[in-house]
Amino acid sequence: MRVPLSWLAEYVELVPGTTPEDVHAALVKVGLEEEDVHTFELEGPIVVGEVLEFVEEPQSNGKTIRWCQVRVAPEGETAADGGDAVHGVVCGARNFFPGDKVVVTLPGAVLPGPFPIAARTTYGHVSDGMIASARELGLGDDHEGILRLSTLGIDAPVGTDAIALLGLDDAAVEINVTPDRGYAFSIRGVAREYAHATGARFRDPVEQVTATDAAADGFPVVIDDDAPIRGRAGSAVFATRIVRGVDPARPTPAWMVARLKLAGIRSLSLLVDITNYVMLEFGQPIHGYDLDALRGGIRVRRALPGEKLTTLDGKERTLHIEDLVVTDDRGPIGLGGVMGGGETEMGESTHNVLIEAANWDPVSIARTARRHKLPSEAAKRYERGVDPEIPPAAVSRVAQLMVDLAGGTADLGGSLISEVAAREAITLPRGFVSELIGVEYTDQEVHDALAEVGGIITATDDGFEVVPPSWRPDLTGKAELAEEVARLAGYHRIPSVLPVAPPGRGLTRSQRLRRRVADALASAGSTEVLAFPFATEHENATYSSADGGPVASVRLANALDAGAPLMRRSLLPGLIGAARRNLSRGLTDLSLFELGLVFLPEPGREYGSAELPVGNAKPSDDELDALQAGIPAQPRHVGVLLLGDAVAKQPGQPAVPAGIVDALDAVRQIALATGAEIEVVQGSHQALHPGRTAELRVAGRNVGYAGELLPALAAAADLPRVVAVVELDLDAVIELTEPGLEAHQIGTFPAATQDLSLVVGLEVPAAALADAVREGAGELLEDLRLVDDYRGPGVPEGSKSLTFALRFRAPDRTLTAAEASDAKLAGAALAAERAGAAIRE
Amino acid sequence: MSEPLEITEHSAESAVDAALQAIASAGDSAALKSVRTEHAGEKSTLARLNAELRNVPNDQKAALGKLVGGARGRVNQAFAAREAEIVEAEAAAQLEAEAVDVTALPSRYTPGARHPLSLLQDRVCDVFTGMGWEIAEGPEVESEWFNFDALNFDADHPARAMQDTFFVDPPEAHLVLRTHTSPVQIRSMLERELPLYVLAPGRVYRTDEFDATHLPVFMQFEGVAVDKGLTMAHLKGTLDHFVKAIFGDEAKIRLRPSFFPFTEPSAELDFWHPTFKGGARWIEWGGCGMMHPNVLKAAGIDPEVYTGFAFGMGIERGLMLRNDVQDMREMVEGDIRFSQQFGMVV
Repeated sequence: MRVPLSWLAEYVELVPGTTPEDVHAALVKVGLEEEDVHTFELEGPIVVGEVLEFVEEPQSNGKTIRWCQVRVAPEGETAADGGDAVHGVVCGARNFFPGDKVVVTLPGAVLPGPFPIAARTTYGHVSDGMIASARELGLGDDHEGILRLSTLGIDAPVGTDAIALLGLDDAAVEINVTPDRGYAFSIRGVAREYAHATGARFRDPVEQVTATDAAADGFPVVIDDDAPIRGRAGSAVFATRIVRGVDPARPTPAWMVARLKLAGIRSLSLLVDITNYVMLEFGQPIHGYDLDALRGGIRVRRALPGEKLTTLDGKERTLHIEDLVVTDDRGPIGLGGVMGGGETEMGESTHNVLIEAANWDPVSIARTARRHKLPSEAAKRYERGVDPEIPPAAVSRVAQLMVDLAGGTADLGGSLISEVAAREAITLPRGFVSELIGVEYTDQEVHDALAEVGGIITATDDGFEVVPPSWRPDLTGKAELAEEVARLAGYHRIPSVLPVAPPGRGLTRSQRLRRRVADALASAGSTEVLAFPFATEHENATYSSADGGPVASVRLANALDAGAPLMRRSLLPGLIGAARRNLSRGLTDLSLFELGLVFLPEPGREYGSAELPVGNAKPSDDELDALQAGIPAQPRHVGVLLLGDAVAKQPGQPAVPAGIVDALDAVRQIALATGAEIEVVQGSHQALHPGRTAELRVAGRNVGYAGELLPALAAAADLPRVVAVVELDLDAVIELTEPGLEAHQIGTFPAATQDLSLVVGLEVPAAALADAVREGAGELLEDLRLVDDYRGPGVPEGSKSLTFALRFRAPDRTLTAAEASDAKLAGAALAAERAGAAIRE
Repeated sequence: MSEPLEITEHSAESAVDAALQAIASAGDSAALKSVRTEHAGEKSTLARLNAELRNVPNDQKAALGKLVGGARGRVNQAFAAREAEIVEAEAAAQLEAEAVDVTALPSRYTPGARHPLSLLQDRVCDVFTGMGWEIAEGPEVESEWFNFDALNFDADHPARAMQDTFFVDPPEAHLVLRTHTSPVQIRSMLERELPLYVLAPGRVYRTDEFDATHLPVFMQFEGVAVDKGLTMAHLKGTLDHFVKAIFGDEAKIRLRPSFFPFTEPSAELDFWHPTFKGGARWIEWGGCGMMHPNVLKAAGIDPEVYTGFAFGMGIERGLMLRNDVQDMREMVEGDIRFSQQFGMVV
């Protein structure tokens, strides 16, 4: 909402010299946030001038200019710029005559742009200023010619300051109006708020108007709402007045044009300007009909199926049966409370006007405005709530202005339907406000604040009964009343008191371990990224299904990027995108990780809820279970991506390229950080290199994969051939890991170390062989490490020799070499039995 | 077989002299080793003299034995002394040879980094757990009931449209990407015992364009407390404590009246940023208020018995204000240089 200060000052005392900044500072205290300041951005001298004479001079470029002599100060006086009383001015426009009063910007003046005016030589003359058009002054879009004051109905002496004369010295404050404060979309509402903030005296503009009690049958109006939404009548108030004999060609007065302009509304024609003016002033949207274009009386109803209406903006709209329409005998002539129709609008030939001010149901208006994408000024106000008591005053105010400015005669004709239910009183127990806010307000303070906002208050033994004012539909309970008291008293009075929470248990295990995983990966050289979780069909299908089976995705109805309308099922596409961006910026050795949610609906299952429980009561357990069941699984994953060199080439240090080795190290870091035992087995995944894929398991259950991307996928993403990746369901890793390790006693007797080389078929996984040796060797084997994998001369074709370093120790004695050897051989024997392994001598 | 030796003072003395001379001239441990073989080994003169003792008459045994023993003792002493010298010199030479330019060594470690938004989120959580609060989480694809209805957003209220919501297809299923962390308020109240002091950090979504000051995906943290006798003064006290923890002891809170459907009274919260680049000032950082009675009712809590407060702030804005990050896009692009400038500390 933009509020011109001159207008504000009509209804609340503004101390002389009050700046827009002062007004902002006052309004923010009561909850109207500062947005901007608007001015005409003009600097004088800009004065009224009179064209004395001119000579038309055709130019070589085909234009004809006028060399004008313009009087800018009374005879014998000095002009406002210190120059002669008559200035020579070159003018390109030709819409004026000698004797016309015009607006002259003299040297030293500044027009919006900023565009400084100076005497300058043009078309062979020194032009000592400029004759201004309405657009140059910021008053309108009219640039057909210069502004002739007579068209505004103005005649002022030569030399008069035109800035003040035209109201161009005004400024507007722009404030942000929260959705509960519809009444602040009016000068009336803001003036009242300014009074609350400053204590200045408020004069209600509604009370300045004599709302003539128009005969109920002056103009036939019927409200016939057969399908109220949520039980609320579509229109409860409908007031009309007729004004006859208006002159639609009269100019809108400059002050009104200037105020409308500052308020952000373009001047269109006097009759339309008046309706907009009163809307801004009262907050009551007004519609004006060309009375002679109406056929019969007005009937308000819901639209019929398939009914059409061409609205004022020239668009033909197919109406919905929930839309409220204003109709006459021909059918719909307006979309009630949102926008009028074209056929009955006021125009250049309108002489008799029917003025309408109605009150419409906020819900109905909100739906219609959204449905037709028509967030009009009227709809914006109705959906937030408009004072239902003011339509009679509003039509009177419009009629009065049409009489005063457009030369009409107010008819006694008109009508009023008003079926506003009286508001119920809110019980405000004594002490409630103080107990909620934490400030000791006296009863008097509470009473005065609520009276000031317009409440009608009755004191009772236990506190107050408060009937909220008609313009405050948001005041529905005692908490709302408490806010009124607190804000009028000032939030600065609220003290700062730290509440003492009961002792907490710190982070949960999952929160702790997740944090540790992130710290561990970062400490090991990986950099955390936070990618947008939006994905393409291809990404979800490729990365979240190991075997290429079908996957279901959460799809957005209004995705920002139509190409990526899904919620991710895998973290890898986001990591790949980040890797690609880094590469394009010349960063070629990367280790990235992300912790985040993935979204895993199951194929063929319906999610969501067709009907929602009401908002202000606890749903039943069944309803809550149903809501919960309608939400797809969203586990937290951890993903890692590595490419380029894991160790860079340096003096004495050859480069170590990153690969699956590093991916598995990342898995080990995650295992360490979570305390999980993550089993690595040969695996397969459609997005990964068929020979370089590890399936990861905890407690026998799959929790993810590590490996190298399929080179084709890497190439498609403009990444180098080797890209190592890990993706783990971190929630599952944590959940499947039993907390609370039982410690082993650490043996202190000497260890015996021996190596064991076993020859096995190439297909035997090292882990299987190691398991066999470990099991066969028994409890004496303390540690086993694979130290060599040899294939070549001395080992049969199709076989490999795996060498393990074994460390034996007994808990209670020094082992003999023979005991260690026996254990080793027992291990080898089980390996021979299970995998056909032979000891390599 | 060499000539038999006669044990005399002369023969012993000359063997000792020869040995001492050889020892003194041995330059390293290898040379010393061959000197040892030659002058103290089995075939050395002193060894042979020693062996000859078997053949001397008994009455001379003591004197000659003393002579030979003394000679061998002197030689062994010289060996030990020289050996120590050589070991020391060799160790010193090795250390000298092993010297490196410590500024030219390779590194096998690559520095990594946490994302500063995650670090700041952790930090915020720590401030609240330090006060006894607990950390709660909720789903990002959320039912409209938790995201709107339970938070007193009427189905047709303009505040609901104001939220720029991502809807899950089909919209009739009433699933959205949560527009704020506030649904966790409801989840916490439904799941936990009273009194309740909970902080809920996490990602939220709005259909904002992606530019220097707007992200469609960003992080918030939501505080919620429900207890008997909580007032707006407690809300202010909590926020005051929090901003002091994050921005220093001089930081403080200012509340301005505002509107949110789920709080009444509602407030915008400004905080005094004592170290803002360009000068200390008031800065807007979120919304808060006393929980609306309808919100308590949605969770089955009697608003006549309990009151609550709630607040919500953006982590991104916190990071921008605290660490002078100018462009929000840097936070989501994943350029490693952005996170690496923070390392593990925000």
